[in-house]
Amino acid sequence: MEAIDEIVAEFLVESHENLDQLDRDLLALEQNPGSRELLASVFRTIHTIKGTSGFLAFHQLEKITHVGENLLSRLRDGRIGLTDERATALLKMVDAVRGLLASIEATGLEGNADQSHLIQTLSALLEDGATPPPAAAPPAEAAAPAAAPAAPAASGQPGAEPATEPAGEPTAAGEPAAAASGAATKRRATKKATAPAAQAQATDASPAAAGNEPPAPPASPPLGAVLVEAGATTKDAVEIARMEQDLGDQRPIGSILVEHGQTTPAAVDTALETQSAHRSVVDSSVRVDVELLDSLMRLVGELVLARNQLVSRLDDSTDTAKDSSLARSAQRLSLVTSELQEQVMKTRMQPVDAVWSKMPRVVRDLAKTCGRLVRLEMEGRETELDRSVLEAIKDPLTHLVRNAVDHGIEAPEVRKAAGKAVEGVLKMRAYHEAGQVHLEIIDDGAGIDPQKIASKAVERGIVSQGQLTTMTPREILHLIFLPGFSLAPKITNVSGRGVGMDVVKTRIEAIGGSVDVTSRVGRGSTFRLTIPLTLAIIPALTIGCAGRRYAVPQVSVLELVRLSGEHARGGIELISGAPVYRLRDMLLPLVRLDEQLGLVPMGSADADSAIKDDERGGFIVVLHAEQQRFGLVVDDVLDTQEIVVKPLGRHLKGIPVYAGATILGDGSVVLILDAATLARRSNVLANAQGAATVENDKDDETVDPVLVVEVGGGRRAAIPLEMVTRLEEIPAESIERVGGREVVQYRGHIMPLIRLSNLLGAYGDTPIEGVGIQMVVYTRGERSVGFVVERILDIASERSGTRSDIDDHALIGSIVVGEKVVELLDIQAAVLSADPHFYSAGADTDAKTPMEALA
Amino acid sequence: MSQLSTFHVGKYLFGVDVSLVQEVVRLQQITPVPLAVPEIAGLINLRGEVLTAIDLRSRLGLPPAEGGREPVNVVVRVDDEPVSLLVDEIGGVLEVSQVPFEQTPSTVDERVRDLLLGAYTLPDRLLLALNARQVLDVGQESRAA
Repeated sequence: MEAIDEIVAEFLVESHENLDQLDRDLLALEQNPGSRELLASVFRTIHTIKGTSGFLAFHQLEKITHVGENLLSRLRDGRIGLTDERATALLKMVDAVRGLLASIEATGLEGNADQSHLIQTLSALLEDGATPPPAAAPPAEAAAPAAAPAAPAASGQPGAEPATEPAGEPTAAGEPAAAASGAATKRRATKKATAPAAQAQATDASPAAAGNEPPAPPASPPLGAVLVEAGATTKDAVEIARMEQDLGDQRPIGSILVEHGQTTPAAVDTALETQSAHRSVVDSSVRVDVELLDSLMRLVGELVLARNQLVSRLDDSTDTAKDSSLARSAQRLSLVTSELQEQVMKTRMQPVDAVWSKMPRVVRDLAKTCGRLVRLEMEGRETELDRSVLEAIKDPLTHLVRNAVDHGIEAPEVRKAAGKAVEGVLKMRAYHEAGQVHLEIIDDGAGIDPQKIASKAVERGIVSQGQLTTMTPREILHLIFLPGFSLAPKITNVSGRGVGMDVVKTRIEAIGGSVDVTSRVGRGSTFRLTIPLTLAIIPALTIGCAGRRYAVPQVSVLELVRLSGEHARGGIELISGAPVYRLRDMLLPLVRLDEQLGLVPMGSADADSAIKDDERGGFIVVLHAEQQRFGLVVDDVLDTQEIVVKPLGRHLKGIPVYAGATILGDGSVVLILDAATLARRSNVLANAQGAATVENDKDDETVDPVLVVEVGGGRRAAIPLEMVTRLEEIPAESIERVGGREVVQYRGHIMPLIRLSNLLGAYGDTPIEGVGIQMVVYTRGERSVGFVVERILDIASERSGTRSDIDDHALIGSIVVGEKVVELLDIQAAVLSADPHFYSAGADTDAKTPMEALA
Repeated sequence: MSQLSTFHVGKYLFGVDVSLVQEVVRLQQITPVPLAVPEIAGLINLRGEVLTAIDLRSRLGLPPAEGGREPVNVVVRVDDEPVSLLVDEIGGVLEVSQVPFEQTPSTVDERVRDLLLGAYTLPDRLLLALNARQVLDVGQESRAA
């Protein structure tokens, strides 16, 4: 960029903006082909680019925009209609211009891309000859390469031209194009009528006219109105002059009025000045370099820190030392700082439309390619986000939109057959809620069929059938976000490459957001992105661990659990080095922060005594990362505050546990922890991702955690942990009998019980009255089954490969856990023995179990 | 390289090209970074900027300083990233263009030799010129990866 001078840089920025506008206008034009206003806007934009590129000697650019302009001027004059091909060609032209601009930006040169084909296409589309030129249109559009013959009406006019030159010429540069849509171009055409077409165009693009004049904002009032307002003429006179223009008078309105004696040349000059003054008022915004804003934001971050420091010092100081005027000043500073922070954040805010504005084009092109009819609706265009966030969501959003068109919305005939409107609706919504931005992409297409997802996931080896049965439909839907998952039956260049959804999720989560999907088969799908307003300053929870402080982004924190009294760390169930906590009867896998940070030896929790005697209490920070819940065991929870995220230096970038660092109010540096990494490091996520990794890496041992229970008579069985919804202890008296089966009332439902001792033929001890019965609850959808066990022993990790087959009822095989052989329970078989309709009663319409259905 | 900013670590006198030195500060607080290599002493807050501090003693294979003396931060800027080197005590800036320069003696421990450009033989002692880039090139992998 250094090589290019400022004018070119300015031109590039301006043109890029213009092109976006152009895309929008062209698409709007397709919907509303008759709109003169839109055509004028499009024409104006191309004209400006053409003029400037001629001035800057970008000849390729000039050539393309020139043909484009010709086509547009014919469209504008109604001589040809806007057909599909023409719209496509014009959009292609916009692309070509964009490409050239990109090349200019990168190299300073236009590059060697061959544009002749496009130029030919555009030129060919100039001629369809079907529509004869309407009488009012000036045939003198000699500018067109087609070189239409000069019309007598036009050649008759030049005589009047010199006389009006003083009033007319400034108009060429000064009159807004909107007002000029008729007059200026027509006048130019008149002058050109006798000149060769090419030369005429060159005059048109003269540096004086185009290079120095920014595109006129359409907001400026027309000259006639200004004159009327100034009392220099009457409304009627202007009307008459307009009509004359419409009837073929090629002169600007000022000249006509002067000729009619309705105003004076001096008044016209004044009016022209007024007009340009109007423009500078409209132009009251300033272009600011984004880097400047970024550095401003950094400085404000520092100011916030300094403010926090000052306030915390003041709070700490004793009463006697407190100077009330100092306190007041500090308070003022505090307020002003907060406001400044808010305002500076605002300068970085951009409406989501900055990204959305590209979508109509994406949707149009894709719909054409895929043969879909799609109507794009947008709601909440003005919703603002920090520009860094906008930048980050651009690709994920585009992917989701493409996906909705390609996979969501069905082909018109399919829709018709399904009794839906032929045209699909793709709706994009954006709104603010609770300090976050919500973006929704809603289509009324086919929806996502969980059954299909499920079978595909099993086929791909992403989940096992066993895992599938425990998953809720929502969880199944979320499988589409796993790497290597793609539903497209065939690979198109649009989608179906198996990359995408997982990338969408990773990208969104990388900026602290989340993705959710809901879908109804046949009715459509909704993808919902929840995104923080800004990335630079985030709310965080400060925690204490081994005498040090750390920060955890608040967005990952679900809740805090205090470990005190009888619930002190003794309440953590430590089983084979896999600590869990019963949180409201749900099993919460735990991660010890001190262990993860290497502050105490790994697995020191193994020795039961080491932790059981640890009665010092602490906290469990329940975190949510990568769709998993887990608890982070820390010593202390200090407070929440807004922190400024600072990147770590290159020496520490390689340690994934840290997402960055921040400086607290007292000036100390504190590391920010990355919840997703902690979760991964602690293998909490092993079961969710294990299956996917097996595919790639056979050597990688998959470790599926199992719950080891004692069934009775010393016999042990293992239940895959992913099948375990809850552990419960119920009084033996609460067991009731219904038709020979044992049931309990559980959470408002009647839940059948299965005594594993009976099922496996173990000789269980008769339950003792008054002693609680241990139960493992398995839930799928609305239904639950309780497995009654003698004792819950352990959570262990099953090593793949140690599984051996045993041909027995309700057993899958046996595994080795801690050098003891344990039978692995076949949950499905076991459940069916208690409730043969367990799997068929829910959403499934046929009597098959999901296992059968998938087979 | 005619001017060296000098500092003491252990019984040695080291120098680093003065143009690389951004500033010298004495800071109380340093935040250790668990899981980082031992040469990384931690993070410091330099006027609102978070800097990585490298313990030069550890980097040079010297034993930790005895006594509770606060180390001094020599902030050097290489590749546009400021990094702090923790040293025992700061010396002055020495003009060395007239001082005889020698290759690092082969008797010096090999690990340390890579970190040195050579030695200036001052009248009373040796001034070891540090290769700042090498010194900062601390293993970036975490210890418990």
